Amino acid sequence: MEDSAAIEAFIDEYLESGGRERNLVCALLAVQEKFGYLPPVGMEKLAGEFKLSPANVYGVATFYNQFRFKPPGRHNIHVCMGTACHIKQASKILDHFERRLEIKVGEVTPDGEYGLERVACVGCCTLAPVAVIDGEVVGKMSTSKIDGLMLRHQMERERENGAGKEAATARDDGEARE
Amino acid sequence: MKLDLQRARKRFEALVEQARQRWQQLDGEQAISVWVGSATCGLAAGAREVEQALREAMEQHQVPGQVMRTGCLGHCYAEPMVLVRRPGFPSLVYHHLNPALAQALVKNFLASGEDPLLEYLLGAAEPNDMFPRLEDLPRFGQETRWLLGRAGRHDPDDIFQALALGAYQGLLRALEAGPQAIIDTIEQAGLRGLGGAGFPTARKWRLCRDNPRQPHLLVCNADEGDPGAYMDRTLLESDPHAVLEGMIIAALATGAEHGYVYVRAEYPLAVERLQRAVQQARQQELLGDVLGSGFSFDVEIVRGAGAFVCGEETAMMESLEGRRGMPRVRPPYPVEWGLHGLPTVIDNVKTLANTGRIMDRGAEEFRKLGIGEGNGTALFALAGKVANAGLVEVPMGSTLRQVIFDICGGIQEGRQFKAVQIGGPSGGCLPESLLDTPVDFDKLRQAGAMMGSGGMVVLDEQNCMVETARFFLEFTQAESCGKCTFCRIGTRHMLDILERIVRGEGVLEDLDRLERLAVDIQQGSLCNLGRTAPNPVLSALRYFREEFIEHIEQKKCRAGVCNELTAYYILPEKCARGCDACVGSCPVEAIFTSPKRRIKVIDQSLCTKCDSCRQACPEEYDAVVKISPLSELPKSEPPPERKTADQEPSS
Repeated sequence: MEDSAAIEAFIDEYLESGGRERNLVCALLAVQEKFGYLPPVGMEKLAGEFKLSPANVYGVATFYNQFRFKPPGRHNIHVCMGTACHIKQASKILDHFERRLEIKVGEVTPDGEYGLERVACVGCCTLAPVAVIDGEVVGKMSTSKIDGLMLRHQMERERENGAGKEAATARDDGEARE
Repeated sequence: MKLDLQRARKRFEALVEQARQRWQQLDGEQAISVWVGSATCGLAAGAREVEQALREAMEQHQVPGQVMRTGCLGHCYAEPMVLVRRPGFPSLVYHHLNPALAQALVKNFLASGEDPLLEYLLGAAEPNDMFPRLEDLPRFGQETRWLLGRAGRHDPDDIFQALALGAYQGLLRALEAGPQAIIDTIEQAGLRGLGGAGFPTARKWRLCRDNPRQPHLLVCNADEGDPGAYMDRTLLESDPHAVLEGMIIAALATGAEHGYVYVRAEYPLAVERLQRAVQQARQQELLGDVLGSGFSFDVEIVRGAGAFVCGEETAMMESLEGRRGMPRVRPPYPVEWGLHGLPTVIDNVKTLANTGRIMDRGAEEFRKLGIGEGNGTALFALAGKVANAGLVEVPMGSTLRQVIFDICGGIQEGRQFKAVQIGGPSGGCLPESLLDTPVDFDKLRQAGAMMGSGGMVVLDEQNCMVETARFFLEFTQAESCGKCTFCRIGTRHMLDILERIVRGEGVLEDLDRLERLAVDIQQGSLCNLGRTAPNPVLSALRYFREEFIEHIEQKKCRAGVCNELTAYYILPEKCARGCDACVGSCPVEAIFTSPKRRIKVIDQSLCTKCDSCRQACPEEYDAVVKISPLSELPKSEPPPERKTADQEPSS
């Protein structure tokens, strides 16, 4: 959890630097961009600033699909569910992510490592099915590609944790296999 | 207001001269330049890695020249694409490159001029007698590149390149002509709103202009929420200045002082490029005090937050005011009572991008582009099972068959065409028999589809029409803002019914119920989200009713898409026995080797129907099939550990 002083300070700064001229949705987007989600303190603070009730702000935030109310994972996976992806079996891609990560869509893994969400369409329809992983669009997804990606992430993590040379070689193998 | 035209002209000529000189350096006789298609689809296909490899290789082989980023040529199926200019050769376009090929291209072609990597050459951009021309390919030759004229041919992050290729020429003409003449020209051109509704643009502008209340506002609708459509994204990523130019012209015509671009948050690259374009336009005095003429206009970019309904103009205004994006009652129309209660014109990205060119080249030129009653071009985003997917620009009035078969090469892997979905969640699915329908606003509406924003998703025999209808209803149901009861609850009921049918629990009366509900929703909803939400279901019922009946009566999904009605089965006579590909691919370990016959068998109680085994099974065996209805599934051996004496297979 972020501490509330930091959140309030950020909002103050945002409003001072021109944010007051813009609307509530823009302010909410700015907060989410900074903290990865909308902390309740932030929404309450914005309610005061925009002279609205907190319920009103929450009402606006829940209306839009972009807003999250829980901290995201360290890695975030958005599976595209647009028409082109759908007819190329995007639901099976989502199922496979759910199975691999052992969470449901909209959740974050207990260790906070991965968040899984759906997105309406990223407009990359010719490469369907598509997933957006940490902001990078990955096209032509398949269940085996998911396995490869997960393996790579896992190896990278092990290496970061100082697992040493062995993990690094295994990672290279993983990449070569993709 | 009297504009200082002389000053504007002078300022503009200086700008164009500067742009021309810069372009000359890039494009001169002796210059080598490489242009990497870097729109979202190119980047997703690996353009960044290709660019990196090109840069490294050019440094390594000491090739003098520049690597530039450009937008999208529209050929998404062929990404990553690269255009290469080398003295002594025409401009060559390559497709499907990767870092290794990029290095080879630099080493063998750019450095020495020896091997132009013919296997990956799509064609040459100019006439020549060495290489096949792009124009000879149907994907280029039969298209009319009007809106896409500059897309993929310049760096969208460099305003001077856009200027060198003719951007803002229309603005200068517009300044010279004045508001009345601009509106007259747009009227003569017959430009209609390309966001889907097709309202005559000139009429909208005139209504706003004539409104005495001040100030007036302008909004560019770039909230391309229709899943499966990406024309606006491509335009914003590839030629943002065309959109800005259109906005300035529209502002001049309608008397707007301030403009907004409402763009989807799901398009980060488009937002980024647009922001840079606005910044550069301000620096060059194209925004602000426009070319020093005394006409003042500026643009603000507002990101959406992911609500489909905000593409509806009144909902967009609510959202721009910082509230829930719920549509307002019309009338009053936005030109009377719009954003913050002020007269507001809201136009789609494509509509605005057209105006600059119309002002530059004249109304007649635009009219001539269309076929029959249509004017100008139609820009479609093709996706789905079509062979050469991507952005296609054709004369308004071309037929669907021309677009899908002649230009885009028909269906992938030679499979059978089933339907084309046009207009997204507001449109409909049209069958083969209607492929000769011309694409224009009225003809498509008569056929039960809709021009919509221009998304075209092609379906083949492996797609289930009932499930596709369910998908769209699921989308509109989730995106319904909840204001109107019929839309909020009606779509829920329709979705429930469709979910029953795809599970095999539907009854024949459900089909009548769907049609009744559809009429209620159409009549009882305020905005076009609700009014058009039933369209995908109605058109599917109209043209593919037999599939619905099959699902209900025989519990059969002929495409093998509906999970509850389909089972995966490994054909014993085709299974290679020695191969373990399917076993390894199964994420839930549902496939085992039968102890008796050594063939692979799927344990139906564990199978999640993820399709992995079917994809993993080597092509030469092709042993995994989908079977529907379930009653036709042959009896298989039970898995070994559960085998008991009385379950011994009878084979």
